[in-house]
Amino acid sequence: MRASSSGRGVALAATLVAGVTLLPLVVVLGDALGAGDAAARFLLRPRVGMLLGHTAALVAVTVPAAVVLGTLAAWLVERTALPGAALWRTLLLAPLAVPAFVSAYAWVSVAPSMTGFAGSALVTTLAYFPFVFLPAAAMLRVLDPGDEEAARSLGLSPAAAMRRTVLPRLRPALTGGALLVGLHLLAEYGVLEMMRFQTFTTAVMQQYAIGFSDVSGSLLASVLLVLCLLMLTAEVVARGRRRVSRIGPGAQRPSTPVPLGAWTVPAVVLLLVVVVLAVGVPVATVVRWLVAGRTELGALAGDVAPVVVSTVGLAVLGALATLVAALPAAWLLSRRRTVASLLLERATFVASALPGVVVGLALVTLSVRWAPGIYQTLGLLVVGYAIGFIPRSMVALRAGLAASPTELSDAARSLGLRGPSRLVRVVLPLAAPSVLAGLVLVALAVGTELTATLLLAPTGVDTLALAFWRAAAELDYAGAAPYAAAMIALSAPATLLLRRQIVVAR
Amino acid sequence: MDGRTNLVTLKRRTPLAVLLLTPLAVSACSGGSAEAGFEPEPDALQVYSSQHRNVTEAWAEAFTEETGIPTQVREGQDSSMGQMIVEEGDASPADVFLTENSPAMTVVERAGLLAPVDDVTLGQVRDGMAPSSGDWTAIAARSTVLVYNTELITEAELPTSIMDLADPAWDGRWAAAPGGADFQAIVAGMLADQGEEATGAWLSALAENAEVYQNNIATMNAVSAGEVPVGIMYHYYWYRDQAGDREGSADTALHYFGNEDPGAFVSLSGGGVLASSDMPDEAQRFLAYVTSPAGQQVLVDSGSMEYAVGRDVASDPALPPVAELGAPPVDPFTLDADEVVSLMTDAGIL
Repeated sequence: MRASSSGRGVALAATLVAGVTLLPLVVVLGDALGAGDAAARFLLRPRVGMLLGHTAALVAVTVPAAVVLGTLAAWLVERTALPGAALWRTLLLAPLAVPAFVSAYAWVSVAPSMTGFAGSALVTTLAYFPFVFLPAAAMLRVLDPGDEEAARSLGLSPAAAMRRTVLPRLRPALTGGALLVGLHLLAEYGVLEMMRFQTFTTAVMQQYAIGFSDVSGSLLASVLLVLCLLMLTAEVVARGRRRVSRIGPGAQRPSTPVPLGAWTVPAVVLLLVVVVLAVGVPVATVVRWLVAGRTELGALAGDVAPVVVSTVGLAVLGALATLVAALPAAWLLSRRRTVASLLLERATFVASALPGVVVGLALVTLSVRWAPGIYQTLGLLVVGYAIGFIPRSMVALRAGLAASPTELSDAARSLGLRGPSRLVRVVLPLAAPSVLAGLVLVALAVGTELTATLLLAPTGVDTLALAFWRAAAELDYAGAAPYAAAMIALSAPATLLLRRQIVVAR
Repeated sequence: MDGRTNLVTLKRRTPLAVLLLTPLAVSACSGGSAEAGFEPEPDALQVYSSQHRNVTEAWAEAFTEETGIPTQVREGQDSSMGQMIVEEGDASPADVFLTENSPAMTVVERAGLLAPVDDVTLGQVRDGMAPSSGDWTAIAARSTVLVYNTELITEAELPTSIMDLADPAWDGRWAAAPGGADFQAIVAGMLADQGEEATGAWLSALAENAEVYQNNIATMNAVSAGEVPVGIMYHYYWYRDQAGDREGSADTALHYFGNEDPGAFVSLSGGGVLASSDMPDEAQRFLAYVTSPAGQQVLVDSGSMEYAVGRDVASDPALPPVAELGAPPVDPFTLDADEVVSLMTDAGIL
């Protein structure tokens, strides 16, 4: 197939985006390489081994835990006769409305002894399993039960039928979700700082808080980059090459829910415990702080309102910019899976494993030297958000575009539809729920971003996350509570939109 | 069938449309409002501050009220903000820089980015509160203290010197927050007073023996909660908590090392004017105001419990007089932050 001119344009756009997301890497690697012999001395220390051990242990526990929990919950909600499935669907997405560091703050105040590895693994699993639940549930819901039944009729056991027909289809959703969880763990700061669990990212933050040369920070960040590359490669391998879109004759029908029987009670209890731990504890804690500090509430409302406005504005701008940035590579990859298109997509993931402070400082360095006009502007901040959160958009978009296979586009073309109208009339309607999910996921992330915002935002811009962190760092529970409550309240409707991705997917 | 499809499509697109329209609505709502707007105010004096937000804002508001000069505050942390100003160089939008501890200011000073502070301003602070270069001035001060849990340990059992905490007897029994600029200043003072070898050994002991917390307040709370008997911190967090609900320091008391011990180190918060400022006169007036009796009274009244550094301005009556703290004879203007970082790196703390 010859590349059309519009195809070249898309490829150019994707290359440009990949280039911009790689800018922070250039700065980091430049610093790190400039360190010369000192680099080896710095990295081959027991402390770096400890950081590596901590980071690896967290990934090794939280990623599988989130995948198992997310998949199990998705299966219970979408494929079994679980009582109140619709309610559970909403509740299991609700953790996305609670910023992870708010959750950690609540847990630390409820159970001060629960710090270190155990607390970190618990809070990150509870906060991030929806990244797996969401795509898995969406996929399970639309999956035609026909294949599974055919497999059963050919003599396979229920488990084997599931393994050979359902799991292969779930694979992109699961590996994509697992990748998001893993990348978030690499760059997680707030939770781990509060849990007093040191990883590469908390160590990088320390370097910037205390060191006057950012070489050490860049060296630590380089290790994060290597870990990220390992993760990306693992995901490509795990995802496999099989196509998962369904083009068959006839309408598909809903699957018959699996009766749970005696397992109903344990299943409900399991989900209840998950929801209570992930949402109940932080929300109840925030409410308790609000009530305890109610004398100041009236005065605080005036302080909180403008911060809400700027946070929502940034979240929406960041989400739109990130979506636009992710579109070319996601589109290319859904049409032609070549090494080049895969590289363009993967490239955009790499910088997201860098802590926000590294991306922020790299953009400060670059803009001060080469583009002083954009320094401390809203535009640069939005670029920073796009670099950090493009995977959220990419994963959602890829799932959405996979649902509208090339054949449909080709059919539309043969019926005389031109490029743009094909996009609007064929591709977008099928991909819309995923596009929306991508927007919401990025908006949620931007709304709770801390360190890049602090460095890049125009002077005078305040966000809910910054205000919360300011109060939280001084353990001022009453002062932090209104900002935490506002973040949760704003995020709740956004997660309801995500729920539509599962429901509308049919 | 057709109609139904359209309806579904419409429904699907509605939230998208709402999302797409929101920025317009947001910008329409926020038009003109300085707080919610995204635009910096170029006419306002740009104050880069890593000092506590409430103190900085109190100064900025009082200054604007007195002089009519608008200010805009950019918040940050000591080291990264100092680094940021150096990175910005002559193009820095900052007019004034305020720090929590002096090492961050020293970095900017060594990069040659500070303008000499007006003599009037230097004359307003007590002797020894500005470097001989006259490139910046202290604006507040804080003392190192040992906070201890009165249920877990008696005053007689406390160490007589901060250096004693390196003793294996203190293994797992002391807390510190070595990941912040506050602690770095304390170690810089120790390095100047005790030399490289002793400081390095002490830091190695810290890496092995100490319980590490996020910051001063977390350290204090941990001591109060009985997680650990003693902790190193700055004095003012404790006085602030005691003046408030005492929730984070209920079962604690403070121990001052005194005797010119490195543990009695007094750290200076700095204020400087950027040489690249496009409002140099206003910036000098700001610093003059901050160090004036009125400005120092703003500091005292802010409840931050930091020491005032202005002549004839009394700090909060709850505080022991700064002259009686027995601080070590360390020149706060030659503290070597880089050396501290490499010692802490060698000790495996960073």
